[in-house]
Amino acid sequence: MNSIGEGLWQAAQLIVQLDSDLVEITSLSLRVSLGATIVASAIGLPLGAWLAVNRFPARRLVIALLNALMGLPPVVVGLMVYVIFSRSGPLGVLGLLFTPTVMVIAQVVIITPIIASVAHQAIRELWADYHDLLISLQATRWQRIRTLLWDGRRALMTASLAGFGRAIGEVGAIMIVGGNIDHATRVLTTAIALETGKGEFEMALALGFVLIGLAIAVNLALHFLSRTERGARW
Amino acid sequence: MVGAHWLTLTDVTVRRRGKTLLGPVSFALNGSGLTILMGPNGAGKTTLLRAIHGIERLNDGRIEWHDPQDADGRAQGFVFQQPVLMRRSVLDCIAYPLRLDGQSAVQAREAARAAADEVQLRVNLDQPVFLLSGGEKQKMALARALVRAPRILFLDEPCANLDGHAIIEIEEILNRVRAGGTRILMSTHDQGQARRLADSVLFLHKGQLVEQTEGREFFSTPRTEAGRAFLKGEILL
Ligand SMILES: Nc1ncnc2c1ncn2[C@@H]1O[C@H](COP(=O)(O)OP(=O)(O)O)[C@@H](O)[C@H]1O
Ligand SMILES: [Mg+2]
Repeated sequence: MNSIGEGLWQAAQLIVQLDSDLVEITSLSLRVSLGATIVASAIGLPLGAWLAVNRFPARRLVIALLNALMGLPPVVVGLMVYVIFSRSGPLGVLGLLFTPTVMVIAQVVIITPIIASVAHQAIRELWADYHDLLISLQATRWQRIRTLLWDGRRALMTASLAGFGRAIGEVGAIMIVGGNIDHATRVLTTAIALETGKGEFEMALALGFVLIGLAIAVNLALHFLSRTERGARW
Repeated sequence: MVGAHWLTLTDVTVRRRGKTLLGPVSFALNGSGLTILMGPNGAGKTTLLRAIHGIERLNDGRIEWHDPQDADGRAQGFVFQQPVLMRRSVLDCIAYPLRLDGQSAVQAREAARAAADEVQLRVNLDQPVFLLSGGEKQKMALARALVRAPRILFLDEPCANLDGHAIIEIEEILNRVRAGGTRILMSTHDQGQARRLADSVLFLHKGQLVEQTEGREFFSTPRTEAGRAFLKGEILL
């Protein structure tokens, strides 16, 4: 098909010329997903570490809950967040529906379980290695957590990156709660869906390239982190 | 050699999953110097060392340190059979206990360098500890246990995975540490090493303390059948 070749060429031009719509959409995407990653990391990383180090009655329940949440389809998360923040919903008064804020909230719900779960796994392994030493040296509870977080920092960055990768490519939830409003809540994934639907392939492809670029960058970073981890370089 | 008791165990018992791993064991230590825990694999040496150090929960019995300074876990260094490797440089591994004590990184590293020197760990101290050889890892663990200048030093089969030269080096270090006044409790199933180092001997078998002797008497005149059989190299069941 000729239009694909043309579309590719025009897409390249849009990117090189830093098309204003493209830049705006990309930057909102980055802000929403980075914001969600920061908030989700602030919750998920300590939660994962906490679950790894402490034995308490509800621990298994929390882990099961995390796994269940991880399996939730983003569209369903979007629906639930929508219902909660809709005009007649419990948090409707905040008037957050169709704003970037509620998009961040939906993504936080989606990626916090992923981040917590990856962090939990990593810190649990580290704790198994360190347990006897830290007990023998009489490290306080707080010192133990700090040591594990510091020595596990690469694994924790990996967890956050995995969350970011999931957030930046997510479309279902963000479409529902954000509404894909031009100049307000339109991000890479929702814009691609829209432009493709309209038959505007060049814009869709240009957005797609940016998204692919971001995905590759995330995966390269993940790869690099796991390599330095295995090579025991730090 | 003989002074006041500094450690008393009374009916110390450790059970796990319905199985008695240790005890009831009762004894007192009074000498300074190096006490060897001997016994075949599975005798309970590791469990006893950990129990005395306070990192193994007792199901029964009491452990009494007669000097409160000894009782402080921070005054006790412990070298595990498998050195625990932190994901840090050699120097930062050794400095770690002092960092826990609130020393600055600079101070702690300086002391860590001195400790590395003390155990003759002559490697690039800035490399990851994973890259060290078996003997060097063991020396790192020893330096880390010594960096707080412990009053008591525990070693769990520190030479189990080492070759002849590394063993001699570790023994020389232990002789110096002992000469410095640190009391040492060390498990081994290597008779040669026990004969070379022991100031007194505890012989364990099947979780029980079978013999306790001063000096190296155990090796010349074992008092029990199990002790004799062990020294003759027979497999103890
Ligand atoms: N956590 C545990 N649970 C169950 N059995 C254990 C545990 N730790 C050690 N054992 C068992 O306890 C016995 C004594 O172990 P240990 O103190 O390691 O002996 P040693 O150090 O003399 O070889 C062994 O039979 C061992 O298999
Ligand atoms: Mg053992």
